[in-house]
Amino acid sequence: MTSLPTKAPTKKLGLVIDLDICVGCHACAVNCKEWNSGGHSAPMTDWNAYSGTESEDGDDAGAWGVWFNRVHTYEVGDAPESRTVHFPRSCLHCEEPACVTVCPTGASYKREEDGIVLVNPDTCIGCKLCSWACPYGAREYDYTDGVMKKCTLCIDKIYNENLEEVDRVPACVSTCPASARHFGDLGDPGSAVSKLVSERGGYDLMPEMGYKPTNKYLPPRPRKTNAGDTGAPTKLEALAAEAADAVPSNAGGNGFLAWVDAMLSR
Amino acid sequence: MHPASSVIFFTTASGAGYGLLFLMGLAGAAGLMPAGLWSGLVGFALAFGLITAGLLASTFHLGHPERAWRAMSQWRSSWLSREGMASIVTYLPAGIYALGWVLAGEARGFWGVFGILASAGAVVTVVCTGMIYASLRTIRQWHHPLVLPGYLLFSLYTGGLWMTVLVCAFGGDVTFLIWTTIVAGAAAAAVKWTYWSKIDTDAPVTTAGTATGLGHLGKVRMLDGPSTSKNFVMREMGYRVARKHVHKLRMIAAVAGLVVPFALLMVAGIMGTAGGWIPALLAALCGSLGVVVERWLFFAQATHVVTTYYGAEAA
Repeated sequence: MTSLPTKAPTKKLGLVIDLDICVGCHACAVNCKEWNSGGHSAPMTDWNAYSGTESEDGDDAGAWGVWFNRVHTYEVGDAPESRTVHFPRSCLHCEEPACVTVCPTGASYKREEDGIVLVNPDTCIGCKLCSWACPYGAREYDYTDGVMKKCTLCIDKIYNENLEEVDRVPACVSTCPASARHFGDLGDPGSAVSKLVSERGGYDLMPEMGYKPTNKYLPPRPRKTNAGDTGAPTKLEALAAEAADAVPSNAGGNGFLAWVDAMLSR
Repeated sequence: MHPASSVIFFTTASGAGYGLLFLMGLAGAAGLMPAGLWSGLVGFALAFGLITAGLLASTFHLGHPERAWRAMSQWRSSWLSREGMASIVTYLPAGIYALGWVLAGEARGFWGVFGILASAGAVVTVVCTGMIYASLRTIRQWHHPLVLPGYLLFSLYTGGLWMTVLVCAFGGDVTFLIWTTIVAGAAAAAVKWTYWSKIDTDAPVTTAGTATGLGHLGKVRMLDGPSTSKNFVMREMGYRVARKHVHKLRMIAAVAGLVVPFALLMVAGIMGTAGGWIPALLAALCGSLGVVVERWLFFAQATHVVTTYYGAEAA
């Protein structure tokens, strides 16, 4: 069924991505590819993967393939005030996903139990209309399989009871070396991810599209342009005061150590 | 958007086929064109041929054409599914009407009811085709109020061009059908011209700033893309070639699609049933070429909002 669930999912599993922390290392994208190459939507086909040249198989595109997660890097603002923001982009598991409703076969669907958007590879006809309907570029067509593929939120990992509970998070989240990615239930206002979103002002991408994405992005924190913005002088003053207090009280005293000090200072 | 040749052929060919079916349904039922063996064989072969070739072509770009039947199932939510269903359902009254026309030699009365049903089916199918594009919010050049009227009028116009060939060759109200075609063509051109000037001047809502949510920090520029070579999204959604030649292509579409066919239709009108089908056929072929150029532009000029993640400032 490509109609949306009649009862809006109360559980909204999704990601919160912290643009202040992301270092743009692409580890999330690589581990996504790694896990999902054996996962629900496997394989994640590559073309010209080992060609080295751009035209070995007649296709001059170079090496390319299906990825569910991609990291862009942007420069925001004008120099000298500009800043670099690394920007991971994957399926946002929208509350009103047009990619699902446009599907003519029912292959695209949104799960009622947790809001995850999936493609059934056995009924997809590969018409690509869902990729046209997605504003976020989350869906990538597999020319070899002839079906559309997309982020599954690692559905075969997050519910996998053979894994330690700590590992039951999407591959992109478990691999992020900077902890810029968080996974949880955004439908529960008390969840850690929901709190993070409200504390940090998490926002939707392209809200004007009206698809109500579940995934949220946390904005970069305000830029510190002056030395004082880091709070260093105040901290140093306090430290200086502390240091003054910490000067050994026996410096001018008459204990054994003072005698040693005096002797060695000669 | 990448202009897939199968989709361009599908929308133009089946558009003309449904336009022709619409006119044959109404003209036959109203007695503006007499039913007969040869007019039926040629007319319905043309109409069904254009429709079926178009529908088959549309399955060529599928990853799994053998599963195409599944596309009938989601008519509740999907315009593509509705289109598939409407196209199949339309074959039924159209087939019965064609039998009456060819075998019974009658298109009015009882048989005419099926003609009117076939005409209605043709309209519904073309509406669904137009809505597939008009319903996509991600492409402002498609999510536009003039897209649907454009699809309907171009379908009527190209169907009218072929209908003129038929009435000139097999008899019927030549003058009425030529004027219908010219009025449809002029209306299609007016809609298209307004549409073109609108999409050129309308300010895009989505920018790299809204796409990334970083607009409040200043201008957003892509420093580094996510892949070293073009990925699926860039190939499918990031097509840019046409934009250089837009104005020339629009002139070609206007001349081949409108000016030349109008002149040839005038000649056909003067010659009437005495060989008028020759200029009418030339008008249909030339007009179809113009509409193919128009349809190619419809795809190639469409800017998808996802391109704002890949370096476009706005879409």
